[in-house]
Parts: sequence; structure tokens; C-alpha cells
Amino acid sequence: MWKAILSPDFFGTILRATTPILFATLASCVASKSGITNMALEGILLFSALFGVIFSSITHSWLLGLIITVVIGGLIGLILAFFVLNLKTDEILAAIAINLTATGGTVLLLLAFSGDRGVSSSIRSVSAPSLTIPLIDKIPFIGQVLSGQNILTWLSLVAVIVMHLFLYKTPLGLSIRAVGENKNAAESVGISSRRIQYIALVISGCLAAFGGFFLSGGYMNMFTKDMSSGRGFIALAAASMGGNTPIGGLLVSLLFGLASALANVMQLMSVMPYEIILMVPYLTTLIGLGVYYYAQKKKKERLSGK
Amino acid sequence: MSSAKKFDMLRTVLSVAIALLISFVIIFFVSAQPLEAIKYLLIGPFSNKRSMGNVVESMIPLIFTGTGVCIMFSANQINLAGEGAFHMGGLIATCVAINMSIPGISPIVALFAAGVVGALFTAIPAVMKITTTANEMVSSLMINYLALYFGNYILNNVIGDPAASTASYPLTAESQLPVLVDGTRIHLGFIIAIAVAILGYVFLYKTKLGYELRITGENESFARYSGISIVKVIVISQLLGGFVAGLGGGVEMLSPIYSRFTWASLLGYGWDAIIICTLSKKNPLYTPFAALFLAYLRTGASIMARRTDVTLEIVQITQGIIILLVVAEQFLSGYRHKLIAREAKAELKEEGVK
Repeated sequence: MWKAILSPDFFGTILRATTPILFATLASCVASKSGITNMALEGILLFSALFGVIFSSITHSWLLGLIITVVIGGLIGLILAFFVLNLKTDEILAAIAINLTATGGTVLLLLAFSGDRGVSSSIRSVSAPSLTIPLIDKIPFIGQVLSGQNILTWLSLVAVIVMHLFLYKTPLGLSIRAVGENKNAAESVGISSRRIQYIALVISGCLAAFGGFFLSGGYMNMFTKDMSSGRGFIALAAASMGGNTPIGGLLVSLLFGLASALANVMQLMSVMPYEIILMVPYLTTLIGLGVYYYAQKKKKERLSGK
Repeated sequence: MSSAKKFDMLRTVLSVAIALLISFVIIFFVSAQPLEAIKYLLIGPFSNKRSMGNVVESMIPLIFTGTGVCIMFSANQINLAGEGAFHMGGLIATCVAINMSIPGISPIVALFAAGVVGALFTAIPAVMKITTTANEMVSSLMINYLALYFGNYILNNVIGDPAASTASYPLTAESQLPVLVDGTRIHLGFIIAIAVAILGYVFLYKTKLGYELRITGENESFARYSGISIVKVIVISQLLGGFVAGLGGGVEMLSPIYSRFTWASLLGYGWDAIIICTLSKKNPLYTPFAALFLAYLRTGASIMARRTDVTLEIVQITQGIIILLVVAEQFLSGYRHKLIAREAKAELKEEGVK
């Protein structure tokens, strides 16, 4: 078992399992930084997984399919923002509504588009290709882990850096953090909090759409009903454990990737019943959440001198 | 009735109407026989006694989880573990009902066990929140999956009948709830559900503890300064809510609909409960009406799906739109403003006459 775990293949599996969660985690970071919990990530992942399959098959190009999917993801973010910010809908209930619509809507759209029930077996979609970067693949071990990964996996790692720079080194990023930190203070220096939150939710939707596209065009090569299976929710947990920072989010996402990859290996070795192994990522999240917040609480108490 | 309340009702009705209208438009797009589909969706449930029975029987789990969520959400705890509590309730009721066959006693034991397990289940996020300040929404989302896979494990390894595929051993006849109306599957659970909804209302709106709970939900700081123990309120509300949801799972399992435990995936009643809670404005007394609406819509949709080319899933879209519009505070707010202004003017005039 240890031999299987220490192989580059295993680390590759971790990265593959991390990719969709990482995109969604970054999406959750941006939204949370602007002061809004984006629980609709689950629905956006699911919608994007379907749209990725549909549009890549229509355009015969994974890139065009990805672009259209990301635009639609942004639109869903926009819809969420409209309801939350303009119509003053509770953000959790609005998200639940979007998630419900996604569960039913994807099945309905798939049926209307191709006549498939639940699995897109008759759609000839185009998956994102894998990518080997010269020089990097020469590095021992790390090169073996990274080379041949899907282009979206690479992109997710790049996105961490981009989002970090965006949030901490650009004026817009500063505005987003300011609005999330204290809406009134931000308003008082002339930042329109509504505009900023709109932008944050649209970015959040776009990022989640990358993750959704990867699910059906990278991780797997087709759409299946409910294929997001709680990854959007895990991302919420990951982002909040990572302190809503991109770097922290990456580390926690990797932890979940590790849990899923471990589950895969354990399944092959049949050391434990299958159902118990499936619990591993969720249990890891739950325990991690408890430990993280407990540490935070202790830290706060220490600082306030109790 | 005050104009604000009248407006709330009007808005709910209008939201439902708009949601249905959008659904009809979607049906026109995806179906080759749209008129027939809409006809089955709207009046299908009235076509025979069995379909009307289906409406009533599908109300039952919705009333339970709806009431449970009303209690949990009233304390402003966004605990979404009702889904898992329902699943666990059904599982535990099965474990009891397979092994016990004492008439009268075994359903009571099974239902009680289901309720207790449900209560303990929804208490997990609450206890986590109190001890570690972890957000209850996120942790409750995670434990739902634990409930699912735990249930699958028990189903496949402990209570699974080797002679059947993914099903438990059959429940004993003595444990099942009796049918109330011949020719349908309407069972005793309906009476229990209505009783639970009424008790939930009495608890929330007529007792001291229920009042404390709602105050905490509306303004936690105010509640704390008034000397209400927040920890007590959170724990009790989540225990009670979970008990009701778990009980619902147990009742559903012992109903004539099932003869074995076959839940290999989450059934979604926990999410439906949020629609019920939204439509009934967190008041358990209204949950049967909200449940009736949802159950009617679903029965209609399943008849439609059987007779035409439109799938059942269209209902989820309708439900999503309804939630969005009902909870959108600013939706029709201009009209609301006018309504209140008119009422205020009328009052002023009356005072002037006096």
C-alpha cells in the first residue's frame, strides 16, 4: 500500500481530484471576501459540467466550449447577485433555489438536447487536453507528477496565483476585501458595495464554471446526473478553513484531494468497506472544520486575554 | 388581516403563479405535446382515487421535515442536516422493524428510535458550533453525506437481504403503519404528521421556550442581554427539529409504500423542507398547506412524466423559482409600499372623523 501511495501516480491522482474543488474553493474565496456566502457553487458546478459537454460538442472545440461555459457560469453568478443584492433575497435560500434548479434543469436540458436520460452517452463532447511543459517534466518526481496533467489542472494552479495577486495587489481586490470587511466603511470612502459584490459574484461564478467544465471534460469524459456530488459544499468548507485566502484554499483543497485519492487507493486494496472509504473526504472536511475553528477560537480567547 | 400580511399572501400566490407560468413555457420548448403535458400536470392528480391518495401520502414526509426545519430555522440556525436525519430515521426504524414483531409496540419503538437518532444527528452541527464556533451550515452539509454512506454500509453489510438486490430484509407486518383509506396508501402517518405540525406550532408560538427560541432567531444579541441562554436554545431547537425530521424518516419507512429499506441515495426531503418552511413563513401550522401544494405539484408531474415526454425534473425548476420569488424581499415592494400607505391614510381619515 505504501508503495502505491508514494508513487508519482498517486500524487497525480491527488492533483486531479483537487482541481474541481480548487476552482470552486477560489470561487468561494472571492465571494466570501466580498461578504457573501456563495452556496450556489454546487449548482454552478453541475450546470457547467453539463454546458461544457453540450457546447464543446456543438463547437467541436474544448476551448470554445470552455469559454461559453465560463460565460454562463458568470451569468449564473450575476443572477445570484441580482436576487441577493437587488431583490434582497436571503443568500442561502437563493443559493438553494439555484442548486435545486440545477439538479432538475440539467436533467431536463440533457434530455431536450440529446434524448439521454441522466448520462450524456450520445453526446460527442471534446475534453480538455493534457499538457506537458518542457523543462518542468525533466525535474525528478515533481516533473513526473505534473507532466501529462490536464490543462485545467495547470490552470487551477495558475488561478491560485492570479487570484492571490488579484485580491491582494490590485485596487479592485482591495475594494472587494474592504466591502467584505466593513461595508459601511467602504461606502464611506466612495466604493459602491453593490457594484463590488456584483463583480465578486460574477468572478465567483466564472471560477466555479472552470471546475464544472473539468468534471465532465477532464476528470471524466461525460456528464452524469448529480456529478458535482457535494464538491461545491466541500469548497465552501475548504475556503472557510483556508481563511478565505487563495493560498490557504489551495492547501486545504489539496487535503481533500489527498482524502479522495487515498479513498481510490484503499478501494483498490480493499482494506476497508467501500462505503466507509467514500466517507473519507467528507469526514476529513468535518474534522478539519472543527479543528480549524477550535484553534481560531482559542487564538481569539488568548488575544483577548481570557 | 393587516395589509402587510395580505400582501405576503398575495406575493406568495403570485410567485407560485409566475413559477408555474415559466414552467409552462419550458414545457412548450421541450415537449412535442405541451398542452397534454400541462393538463396532466395541473389536473392529473384529480383523475382517480389512487392519484388523490398519492397526493396525501406524499404530503406526509414533507410535513415532518418541513416542521423540523421550521423549528431549526426559527432559532436562526441554518442547519441543513434534516436531510441526513430523515435518512438515519428511516434506517434505524428499519433496523428495529426487521427484528421486532409485537403488534402495537414495535412501530412505537421503531418511530421513537428514529426520532432520537434524528435528534442526535442534527445536534452534531449545533454542538460543533457551540464548542468550536464552526459554521453549522457547512458542517451540516458534510454530515448529510456521512449519513448517506453510513446508511449504504449498513444496508449492504448488516441488514441487506442476500436474496434481494440492495434491499434490506422485509419489515415485519406488525411494525407497519395501518392504512386509513381503502384503495389508497394513506396511512396513520398522516394523522401523526398533522399532530406534529400542530404541536410544533404550539411549541414555537405558545410556550416560553418557543418564544425564547424565536427571539434568539430574530436577534441573538437582544436575546443574550435579556438573559436567554443561547446555548440552551440552540441545542434544544436542533434536537427537536432533528427529532421531527428523524421521526418523519421512520414514518415514511413504516408506511405501506415500503416493505424493505431501499434508500441507496438521499431522497431530498431535507431540501424540500426548506421550500415548505419558506412557503409557510417558518410557522409549522401552515406546513400541511405548503406540503399539499408541493405534493400536488409532484403527483401531477409524475403523472405527466408517465403519460408524456416531459420529465419529472421540471418540478425542481418550478420549486427553485418559487423559493427565489417568495424570499425576494424587494419583489413587488413598490406595491407593498402603496398598500401600506393607503391603509395608513385610511386610518388617518377615520381618526379625523372621530
